[in-house]
Amino acid sequence: MLAEYLPLLLLFIIAFGFVAVSLAASSFLGPKNPNPTKRAAYESGIIPGDETDPRLGRFSVKFYLVAMLFIIFDIEAIFLHPWATVLRDLGWFAFWSMAIFVALLFESYYYILRRGGLEWE
Amino acid sequence: MPVIPLTAQVQWSIPDIPWGAISPELVLFGTGILVLLLETAGPHRLRASALAFLAAAGGAAAGYGLTGEVTWPALLALAGLAQLALTATWRERPRVLSALLSALGIVATLGVVAWQWQTLAGGELLATQSGLADMVAVDGVALFTRVTVLLAALVSIPLGWSYLETRRIHRAEYYPLLLFAAVGMNLLASSQDLLMVFISLEVLSLALYILTGFAKRDLTSQEGALKYFLLGAFSSAILLYGIALSYGIAGTTNIPAVGAAVAAADTPAALAVIAMALLIVGFAFKTALVPFHMWTPDVYQGAPTPVTGFMAAATKAAAFAAFLRIFVGAMGASQWSWIPALWTLAAITMLVGAVLAVVQDDLKRMLGYSAVAHAGYAAIGLIAATREGVSGTLFYLLVYAVMSVGAFGVLSMLERRQRRAVSISDLAGFGKRFPVPAGMLSLFLLSLAGIPGTAGFMGKLAVFRAGVFAGQWVLVVIAVLSSMIAAFFYIRVIRAMFMDDEPDDLETFELEPTPGLSAGLAASAAIIVVLGVWPTVVIDLAEQAAAFAG
Repeated sequence: MLAEYLPLLLLFIIAFGFVAVSLAASSFLGPKNPNPTKRAAYESGIIPGDETDPRLGRFSVKFYLVAMLFIIFDIEAIFLHPWATVLRDLGWFAFWSMAIFVALLFESYYYILRRGGLEWE
Repeated sequence: MPVIPLTAQVQWSIPDIPWGAISPELVLFGTGILVLLLETAGPHRLRASALAFLAAAGGAAAGYGLTGEVTWPALLALAGLAQLALTATWRERPRVLSALLSALGIVATLGVVAWQWQTLAGGELLATQSGLADMVAVDGVALFTRVTVLLAALVSIPLGWSYLETRRIHRAEYYPLLLFAAVGMNLLASSQDLLMVFISLEVLSLALYILTGFAKRDLTSQEGALKYFLLGAFSSAILLYGIALSYGIAGTTNIPAVGAAVAAADTPAALAVIAMALLIVGFAFKTALVPFHMWTPDVYQGAPTPVTGFMAAATKAAAFAAFLRIFVGAMGASQWSWIPALWTLAAITMLVGAVLAVVQDDLKRMLGYSAVAHAGYAAIGLIAATREGVSGTLFYLLVYAVMSVGAFGVLSMLERRQRRAVSISDLAGFGKRFPVPAGMLSLFLLSLAGIPGTAGFMGKLAVFRAGVFAGQWVLVVIAVLSSMIAAFFYIRVIRAMFMDDEPDDLETFELEPTPGLSAGLAASAAIIVVLGVWPTVVIDLAEQAAAFAG
């Protein structure tokens, strides 16, 4: 009965094998001429700063707070989009569902605002 | 090309939502939101309150004008007026208002639960029905557990008050978080769908993580919160994996359907066992069964004491309700696979919990380990997998909730007296100086030990009896053994309080009188004594409640 999963197992083996073979091949065959630019993090990675230099090593935790709040509200606002396109068909039920949702969203926004969650200083 | 509306392409119909099924949660949630908003009013409390009153009045007027109904617009207007009056008279004491509102909300929720119970108990047995498209069950297990959870929450409000004040951590978020945790627990107890189980588990866990770290300047509190969060997230992931595999087996997440699919002959046994094992591990984390108890002592020690009492009691009740619903209720036909696993877990839980509690010197940590042992006792009813077993576990959890909230209540008083953690040697002479609180702590500890005449004895009797009737007498022997070990460390505390003399170098602070604490402790002690000598009423209720929605 578990025989049905054999293709899945094969896929895993092939995937791991491919990665292992290509990594091994490139490390054996590839020419290596490192320079500082090549060794830096590729594209979107953050270059880790100097621990001793506060300008490079540390971020203010407030940055994360604001970023996280932004993501929460951003993601939750996505629900509004599909809702808006079909509101006419769904009628009052959808309207009131969304009204409750938005009211709760606004409530938490109001809470964050009043508790100073968005104040930088 | 004509545009085909999306709703015509997918089969969609407006769901008929029986709001009555989740009415207790709605009331509780609404109260939580209200209390949260109360805090945001800040220094301009009265102005915000006036605005809220205008909004309520406007809503009431509009409601009357549009629908012509009188009842609910009048209630809305009344509520607006009441909050205006309360804010005006209690301008300086917002915490009192929050605590009062939360307590009122919990009482109202208990009222709604009573109403549900009344409606369902019309037949000779609690009718079993499920609502919200089979997402939520309205049955005895759900209702009884709700009562347990709400009771624990209600008692811990007055018990926690002065503790939070003394430690200067009485922030307004305490009450909404408590209420949201209770919402999650109530929902968990009534979840009829594995996804609902997961969502409610997250709701209660997230609130509890924050409550654990509520004393944010205290390192043990932070440590507890972080450990709880990491292990909680880890266990949620395991549970989710179990849910995913169950879905793979059944093609649905509805709990009775999953149970039927697992028992079906053409289901691969290996798959079913793995799914069940993952579910068991996930729940064992939440109910703190050994070896998934590692977080318990640290979290219970670090959390503010009233939170610990509530967490130990109510989380356990809710998680066991889900445990019962999934395993005894739905997977009864595949008992052969999960009973041995749970049997082993329960046996080592009882022994390890009791033995490790013996060597603890910190009183809070000792109670944490004893909570582990008690999870093992409660699991006996689950393993019995009979009607008596279910009612025994339900009753045991109710009794445990009262004992644990009470014991942690006295502990919070002791901590206020010393302004630090309490070790057993600190208790010397406490009984001579404060006979009444010491007597109450003794009562709670004796009840936890299961001495006849206390509610704890009746609870243990109920689960042990169910275990013996189900043929699990070896497990019951282990449980009795564990109770004997446990009695040793409970009685050691009592001995220290009454027999030893107070050390000269004990640094204590003045204890100002706290009516809330007295009331909460008196209520818990009264319940312990009454249930100890006259448990029939509640046991009958538990037996009536031991039914699952199909």
